[in-house]
Amino acid sequence: MLELNSLQKTYRTGDKALNDVTLSVPEGQIVGLIGPSGAGKSTLIRCINRLVEPTSGSITLSGRPITGLGHRELRAMRRRIGMIFQEYALVERLTVMENVLSGRLGYVGFWTSFTRRYGADDISRAYHLLDRVGLMDHADKRADALSGGQRQRVGIARALAQEPELLLVDEPTASLDPKTSRQIMRLLTGICAEHGLPAIVNIHDVPLAQQFMQRIVGLRAGQIVFDGAPSALTEDVLSEIYGAEDWHAMRRGAEEDRAAEADSVAHLERIGA
Amino acid sequence: MNGYPATWKRPPQIFTHRGWRIGLQTGFAVWLVLALATLDPNWARIVEGWERGLRFAGGFLQPDFTSRWSDISKGLVESLTMTLTSTVAGIVISVPIGVGAARNIAPRAVYLVCRSIIALSRALQEIIIAIFFVAMFGFGPFAGFLTLSFATIGFLSKLLAEDIEDIDEAQAEAIRATGASWLQMINYAIQPQVMPRLIGLSLYRLDINFRESAVIGIVGAGGIGATLNTAIDRYEYDSAGAILLLIIALVMVTEYGSSYLRKFLQ
Repeated sequence: MLELNSLQKTYRTGDKALNDVTLSVPEGQIVGLIGPSGAGKSTLIRCINRLVEPTSGSITLSGRPITGLGHRELRAMRRRIGMIFQEYALVERLTVMENVLSGRLGYVGFWTSFTRRYGADDISRAYHLLDRVGLMDHADKRADALSGGQRQRVGIARALAQEPELLLVDEPTASLDPKTSRQIMRLLTGICAEHGLPAIVNIHDVPLAQQFMQRIVGLRAGQIVFDGAPSALTEDVLSEIYGAEDWHAMRRGAEEDRAAEADSVAHLERIGA
Repeated sequence: MNGYPATWKRPPQIFTHRGWRIGLQTGFAVWLVLALATLDPNWARIVEGWERGLRFAGGFLQPDFTSRWSDISKGLVESLTMTLTSTVAGIVISVPIGVGAARNIAPRAVYLVCRSIIALSRALQEIIIAIFFVAMFGFGPFAGFLTLSFATIGFLSKLLAEDIEDIDEAQAEAIRATGASWLQMINYAIQPQVMPRLIGLSLYRLDINFRESAVIGIVGAGGIGATLNTAIDRYEYDSAGAILLLIIALVMVTEYGSSYLRKFLQ
């Protein structure tokens, strides 16, 4: 269970990125965080693992406070929080395996990680995860040799290698095409369901959020303006979050994407791939 | 045609006022004439110099590798030793300083200290440092080794620091998010991004150091430069020619070798 209590973040430039955000995410729930650019979505999830230092307010994960931790405890806490990034943020010149194993950095000493002599558990876990995300044959390739969708799969495997209690996901599909986006979302939600993992997913694609999220939180100018089921996301609510826009057109576009995907899946089945 | 002007002149861009332009041009011409007048060339000596120059060129045409070979080979070995040891020592010291001088990963105090070291190393030209070290530790390759190591630090640390400042921050952020320590972050997120360039720069510095080793020998810091200086002092232009040819050959070998290796590593 993740709890945020009246979280505030004011950047040194004076920008108020988060204003009194209170939110709790129970075990196993996948929350979609939507809102326009600059609403504070990115800041919010980065405050949770303190890549961004919150100005005030408190955060607890399973009852343990995250805010106010010292350097060492913060590292120990971070390893329990997996993070998945928009542009994958893999270390491009390292192999896929090294990228997955880097999820263990919080657990092993410097020398082990420097010599790449990870324990048998870590290595077999890494292979298991690569198998789960469908990249078993790519372990020894360099990360920059993979396609966008494959890279994001490595990103997911890296986050899971941490054996997290919580996943923070920052625009996981922003650099992917519609079909790959859906595959990645399906993989993510599938994995969360398997492990009962709660996740906070920043997502700017509203139809995608409605399709895959169990709960939607709408952020506008650093404040929560909506918190409810995806089905409750009416046009009025969207207008409140994003400002007036033609939501019908956007939904129609999403239906076309879905139709195209169904079509290509059917095609793949026909040719037996 | 149509009453539009038929001529156009580019308007003056820097000094738009005519008086300023004329004043500056005249001032520069006067200064140039006065400056040339103070050079006071000794024409008789210049005529004599031609003859020396010709003997020098003759030495090039008939280089004498043999009669001073033991001095030359000793100088070469000294130079190569200086080059290699100083490059290695320079890299070993530069890497931590370069990391410390990268604004995005070092604390402010460390950053300032490392930047000062770099500024100091870059402000002093090799010859000046060499003179200083020769005065401190006496003639010979040890002073040269210290000089080149010191110069390498300024060069490598600065370029390494700049490269670290240009990295893709997202990769470092992702590694920090796993709970990695600072050292692990350097090893997993920074090192893979800057390694090819660091190797390239080190090889480049290796061939700069060889060239510099020939120069600083002239002020007494050992190596082939010292041998060259002795040969010229003794008017042995054929030996000097041989030494220069060897330097040119070796510089070309290191230059092409290092550029080939750098291409291979990219």
